[in-house]
Amino acid sequence: MNDTALSRPAPDPVLVCRNVEVDFDGFKAVAGVDLELRRGEVHFLIGPNGAGKTTLVDAVTGLARYTGSITKDGEELRGKKVHRIARKGVGRTFQTATVFENLTVAQNLDIAAGASRGPLTLLRRRKTLPETVTDTMKRIGLDDAADTLAGVLAHGRKQWLEIGMLLVGDADVLLLDEPIAGMGHDERETTGRLLHDIAAERAVAVVEHDMDFMRANASRVTVLHGGAVLAAGGVDEVSADPRVQEVYLGTSDHQETADAAAA
Amino acid sequence: MRNFAQSRLGTLSGFAAGAAVLFGLAPLVLSGFRLGLFAQFICYAIVAVGIGLAWGRGGMLTLGQGVFFGMGAYLMAMHLKMADAEFRSGPGAVPDFMELAGIRELPAYWVPFASPAFTIAAVLLLPTGLAAALGLAVFKRRVKGAYFAILSQALAGAFAILLIGQQTLGGFNGLSYFRYFFGFTLNDPVNQRMLYFITAAVLLAVVALALQLRRSRYGELLVAVRDAEARVRFLGYDAANVKVVAYAVAALFASVAGALFVPVVGIISPASIGIIPSIMFLLGVAIGGRATLLGPVVGALAVAWAQTTLSEQFPSAWTYAQGLLFVLVIALLPGGIASIPKLAGRVRAKNQARTLEATA
Repeated sequence: MNDTALSRPAPDPVLVCRNVEVDFDGFKAVAGVDLELRRGEVHFLIGPNGAGKTTLVDAVTGLARYTGSITKDGEELRGKKVHRIARKGVGRTFQTATVFENLTVAQNLDIAAGASRGPLTLLRRRKTLPETVTDTMKRIGLDDAADTLAGVLAHGRKQWLEIGMLLVGDADVLLLDEPIAGMGHDERETTGRLLHDIAAERAVAVVEHDMDFMRANASRVTVLHGGAVLAAGGVDEVSADPRVQEVYLGTSDHQETADAAAA
Repeated sequence: MRNFAQSRLGTLSGFAAGAAVLFGLAPLVLSGFRLGLFAQFICYAIVAVGIGLAWGRGGMLTLGQGVFFGMGAYLMAMHLKMADAEFRSGPGAVPDFMELAGIRELPAYWVPFASPAFTIAAVLLLPTGLAAALGLAVFKRRVKGAYFAILSQALAGAFAILLIGQQTLGGFNGLSYFRYFFGFTLNDPVNQRMLYFITAAVLLAVVALALQLRRSRYGELLVAVRDAEARVRFLGYDAANVKVVAYAVAALFASVAGALFVPVVGIISPASIGIIPSIMFLLGVAIGGRATLLGPVVGALAVAWAQTTLSEQFPSAWTYAQGLLFVLVIALLPGGIASIPKLAGRVRAKNQARTLEATA
């Protein structure tokens, strides 16, 4: 599956990072990264701790200052505020699922769907749920929990809710930071299916530590190490790269899980 | 029960009950003097509704509502002084306290307050606009939490000190001895009662407005900003604007309360609007339950009532009791008195589960 994805003529990238550098007081957390995200692909960003994966996501979404250029559909994102970038259709999740715990699932999604609502709509009471909200609840498997407070959802379902919030917000570039951290086996499989389902018409990037999950679901992989791109390509191609094996895949499983826990 | 409270019928009957108490019961059982005190407490309750919105729902610890309360109060007091002077010695006359201080000419900024319409507009717009501007400056820079609380408290302190230095605003003594309120003599018991009714009606209106804001999509968004501001921003909202609205509405409520406080109590001075009064505004809200609609109202009324009656009997002990009460509520009952029914329900459920376990 991965090979066919690569052999097809690649569509134009939606999100393009060129020579992105993030400098934290002299320490280069991201040092000249090039990255392209395409619709229809689940693009994994892997690398050991401190490789700059999350910092790169922070840069794209406007949280971290950077030099270089990040464009979405040709439009420069650098210097734009966080909420402006989100409105351009770039959505992200966090390492720990961040949802509105004191609101219901339906309210969470309704808020996520409404960034462009005018003041008059906002000041009125919600009569019915927008269709996108009910559709998305089905899609992420939470249609039975519409009136459940998000705070009492199981860990995995919170992650799905957060992804659902990006979907109703019409994001077409999704940056997911460790979406399966702490999930059980069945939940991982469901998440994998969900990723491919939503990637059909969107570009999805996944920051992940779990190698099995990556091998099972990646259409393309970029390995970061020390803030720079070490290797990029299909799963097999990257797995075969000796440098990648040395810095990352070569580490024992024990080390890997320790890394994931520390992150 | 919960569904009834949230239904339209439930809301209407709640307001009917509130109106019955405020307009029927209270004037019936309270003497003229006590009714005046109650009107004063209601002014505090109006401030409390705004704090409940900004702090309880929006997470902004507004430790400086005395600024907006004071602005509303001084704006109204200036008009009342002008009207009194005009009634006494014709248009353009200097208010009595200025004459005593040897000020012969009316300061230019006093002149427009001869107009009742201008005064009311100023009460409604000036503090609200100031809060909006302040909120934009502060929240856009993502100042929040304790930093915001300290900032707002410092503002209240600075405002009180500023007023003490203003001879043309009565300085330390403030403004007092108001005779007329929009043409009605203030020492007439009938007018005093009417003033109480106006204050009570404003309280109901303010609660209705807060209720609408809470139940609207905006209310949900405000809670979302309170609980996970970053998430809201990454969904494409400018979270600062959401907070500014709640902060400005709280300032509006405080200003209106201040404007009513002046004719009700008959004096406004820097001592009623500085840091300590600002904390007092907060105290009732915390004790009553900041995140609920009526908790702040009940808390503010209860604290003000307790302060007046208990401090008459135990002037020194009351301050300590008040501090203790505050500490106890914050430590043991962070949701305030309003959270007791919910807690009781949870305890009951736990006991039930335990007995089920025991019998099983």
